[in-house]
Amino acid sequence: MTTRQQVLYLWLAEGALDTETVGWAFHDGTRGEGPQLPEGEPPYPSGQAALEDGWFLIQSPAPAPLHPGAEYEVTYLANEFVFERRIEIRS
Amino acid sequence: MPAANHKLTTQEMARFVADGYLRFDGLVPQEINEPVIEELRLLEVNKINQMLGVPLQEGGPQQPASLTPLSQCYPAPSLLGAMLNLPAVQGIIESLVGPDPLFDHDFVHRLPAGSDYQQHLHVDAVVDSADPTFDIQLFYYPRDVAPGAGGTRFVPATHLRRTRAEGVGRYQHLAGEQQYHGVAGTLMVFHHGLWHAGQPNPSDTDRWMYKIRLNPRVPQIRLWDLDDFEEKHNDASDHTFALMRQDSVAQVLRTMQPWQKGHEQRYEQMQRARLWRYLSGDPAFDVDYYHTRIEQRARLAGEPG
Repeated sequence: MTTRQQVLYLWLAEGALDTETVGWAFHDGTRGEGPQLPEGEPPYPSGQAALEDGWFLIQSPAPAPLHPGAEYEVTYLANEFVFERRIEIRS
Repeated sequence: MPAANHKLTTQEMARFVADGYLRFDGLVPQEINEPVIEELRLLEVNKINQMLGVPLQEGGPQQPASLTPLSQCYPAPSLLGAMLNLPAVQGIIESLVGPDPLFDHDFVHRLPAGSDYQQHLHVDAVVDSADPTFDIQLFYYPRDVAPGAGGTRFVPATHLRRTRAEGVGRYQHLAGEQQYHGVAGTLMVFHHGLWHAGQPNPSDTDRWMYKIRLNPRVPQIRLWDLDDFEEKHNDASDHTFALMRQDSVAQVLRTMQPWQKGHEQRYEQMQRARLWRYLSGDPAFDVDYYHTRIEQRARLAGEPG
């Protein structure tokens, strides 16, 4: 058996893990052998729901410092949470 | 629905500022849609030949150079020129970037039947300037595109986000994203900053799309049909948490997409208000008072005690 990683990115509405999912991305190191995401869009309604389904949080965004003159700009999605699952697969 | 003079209405302009695109189903007539395919085929071949440095095929349209006024691009008997000169298309162009804008570039995006080519989400060109001016990109679909058959994927209301093209590819899905499908002759007009991506075409029909980018040559101030302007354009007191109107430009600019939740919406509103200030020529315009309260205090700080 070999361990492979599945990675789930969730972009949430605000900086708290229990706020609503607004974007997502899934990268599957098991090439389909491991469990897949739940049906539906988004796969989890919040980061909290992903935790409850067995995902482990490996990155949580800290509030970004404000740059003078750019305080009101909109840019990349700020609230990016990264989760992983480690899956045993046949080598 | 554009005005009788084919120009956009204030309501449509506000919708463009909020969503970053407008869509006109079946706008181009079938007399152009089907025969233009042969012209697009030659244009595609010759654009690629030009990039590869090999001789061009005969019979295709003359390729315009960047900085050419649009009126000089694709002269008759070009069907692409006929499409671009339709009063309905000219009305849209003039409303957003003014009369006779400059040709930036164009391209034929043909996705062969069965193509699995797929792009990440991206923004065209490079990170944008900080000013509110904008280019438009017309997306013209001369043939029907069935649901899932390679239509362009795009995310409404992403156009005011200042990002680099490669930075948004990490978002595989955003709530409220769309994939184009529609009838032949449909035209979409995008603010140049809208995030979009080509998608696979699992159907048994080639997917044709022609894209052209246009640069304004005049300030983009009140270029549309202004019949409804005074009625729709609100003053800075239109404020959700005080007194608000339901029928104003501000109310259109408050409309958010499913990916725009929480307090982030306030910053989106500020950016939309900033763009409407430019378009309307009204530096005091506001939505929900966010700019105004800050500017009022800033003036106090500059006054002698």
